Amino acid sequence: MSSHHPPTQTWSAPTTAQPATWTLALAGDWSGSAVLLLKPAPAALLEGAAQATLHATEMSALFFDTTRLQAWDGGLAAALLPLLAPLRRAGLRLQMDDLPQEIRSVLLLALPAASAASAASAATASATAATTAATTRATTQAAALARDTPARTVTALGQRVILSWQQAMLTAAFLGGVLLACVTSLRAALSPASNSPAGDMASRLNGRELVRQLDQAGPLSLPIVSLTAFLVGLMLAYMGGAQLERMGAKHYIADLVTVGMVRELAGLMTGMIMAGRVGSAFAAQLATMKAGEEIDALRALGVDPILHLVLPRLLAVVAMAPLLWAYASLMGALAGLVPATLVYGVPAAEYLHRCEAALTWTHVWIGVFKATVYAALLALAGCREGLMAGRDAQAVGVATTRAVVKGLVWIIAAATGTTIVFQSLGY
Amino acid sequence: MQPALNTASNPVAPSATAPVQALNVSVAHGDQTVLHDLSFEVREGEVLVIIGASGCGKSSLLRDLIGLQAPARGRVLIEGQDLYGADGQVLAGLHRRFGVMFQAGALWSAMSVGDNLMLPMQLFTDWAAPVRALRARLKLALVGLDDAFELMPAQLSGGMRKRAALARALVLDPKLLFLDEPGSGLDPVNAARLDGLILQLRGQLGTTVVMVTHEIDSVFAVADRVLFLDEVEKTMTALDTPQALLAHGPLRVREFLQRGRAGIADTPAAALANAAPATPGSVQ
Repeated sequence: MSSHHPPTQTWSAPTTAQPATWTLALAGDWSGSAVLLLKPAPAALLEGAAQATLHATEMSALFFDTTRLQAWDGGLAAALLPLLAPLRRAGLRLQMDDLPQEIRSVLLLALPAASAASAASAATASATAATTAATTRATTQAAALARDTPARTVTALGQRVILSWQQAMLTAAFLGGVLLACVTSLRAALSPASNSPAGDMASRLNGRELVRQLDQAGPLSLPIVSLTAFLVGLMLAYMGGAQLERMGAKHYIADLVTVGMVRELAGLMTGMIMAGRVGSAFAAQLATMKAGEEIDALRALGVDPILHLVLPRLLAVVAMAPLLWAYASLMGALAGLVPATLVYGVPAAEYLHRCEAALTWTHVWIGVFKATVYAALLALAGCREGLMAGRDAQAVGVATTRAVVKGLVWIIAAATGTTIVFQSLGY
Repeated sequence: MQPALNTASNPVAPSATAPVQALNVSVAHGDQTVLHDLSFEVREGEVLVIIGASGCGKSSLLRDLIGLQAPARGRVLIEGQDLYGADGQVLAGLHRRFGVMFQAGALWSAMSVGDNLMLPMQLFTDWAAPVRALRARLKLALVGLDDAFELMPAQLSGGMRKRAALARALVLDPKLLFLDEPGSGLDPVNAARLDGLILQLRGQLGTTVVMVTHEIDSVFAVADRVLFLDEVEKTMTALDTPQALLAHGPLRVREFLQRGRAGIADTPAAALANAAPATPGSVQ
């Protein structure tokens, strides 16, 4: 069992015998989280030091009494630093001989250097600011000790709300930038080349980047889209067929698979796969470029990074979305043929005929519309997170994760919204 | 501390002839002001070197000067035009007139080195592709990277990347060049070569150069004037020739230049030596 006493801290004010001497006595066990109990210096100490500096009178000194200090660790030096730094700045002389050697050594290195010029002029302000800062720190520490208090919860909630608002504003600014870039690019494209100064090239769409991104978003996505669409179609036919067979309607498996894939699942699955594959890649590419100052280098040339980097990516994904949707729909419908014929005994010719009959133009345009919206959302989410990322390597990982999560959430929200709207409108 | 500011250039009134002017500029990181009330001008054809301790705001000031980050207060004028108040057309013209070399090179990683150099030409000139390639190769040769045209940035070493970045900054023959730590990461031979190149640009093409650096040898080799940013005062405390500052500049500037020349500035040993008090156990 430990025989250490609780930590105590005593500030001793100057006496008639020792008019300019303060003492901080530390006793008991100051290890671990006990350092959070350390209280700031009395305001009188700071004010006294400031007045002494201003009037060039004898400077106060702070001594330490650690004769009854039983235990401490590195945390005590860390807690003393913010307490002593304002005193040091106010011009107080710190007499640290009686502090334990380990703490003294660290503080000697960490305490701010003297600034004679600024100390005199800023002493009073420094004293006030230091008192305020110390009080704030004490308040913060007290709050830290009293975990799960309502005030803490409300503060955290407030911070989350502010952060969310700031993020929403950033998103709005980004979307505005994208719209502006679309308009700029369109105007540059419509203006005759002969009338355009050479500098107008900076307003034109980056065609090379567009081609590269078309390749990334389209052909290179086909294998994973094929696999997922095939498996979803297979599952839909297998599960749907079981239910339909019980009602004697197994011939409608083709309708279920075709309408389900074309109208909802092909676009949704393609969007989700692309969010993971393309959206994350966009975020990683742009965040890496930002960390490496590549985006700054573009801006220093007067090139809008949204126009040069985001627009080609957005257009590439949006252009590829209907093609991938059509491909995924076909793969899904063909996958449904397998359980329909092998498990439920629906003739292949009948399955294909019913697929064709179930496919209407309404389903087609709704499917294309949804797939395009999902693609735009995933591209915007990826580019937004990439461009708004921090400037370090860790920020790249954070941006990538956030791009995928945000892309998926936006896609699912859009899927729900569009489904409700189209159903309400009778489509 | 008495600022050693050259009275000919401070205080600064707006001038149409100075390539760069900072008027009461305050530089901020988020909500925190790191430098306040900077007023200076860069004269045509001079090499102005900005020095100061690590973290004092040198690179942030440079970002303000090149239009990447609006100052918290004050104005930046490039050739008499307000960089943050100009409309799109004027701004495009201003960007066209200066080249920037970033601290880490900032080559566009998805393009070859040659394409990195040709993109600004493609954007801002009507030169034919073969002409662009020729000009790019010339700039690469200037920085000693004759064979790097086809390489990707990832295939270059750190020093080569910086030299390629310098070549890119020069590719439009700018009259104004901003360099952020150009010599860091270079071996002594290439660092000296780069200093020579800067002097050549200034001497033969009349290029105005604003350079942020920690390399004190480079400061004495190339600087016409030195602007010292003081991390304690959070403003500029000296603006003069390096020789004048070394001889009778403020104490901190002289220490910075002397220790930098001795090769110990910003080293942990120097920091510890500065921090150690005269009397153990007492801080005054």
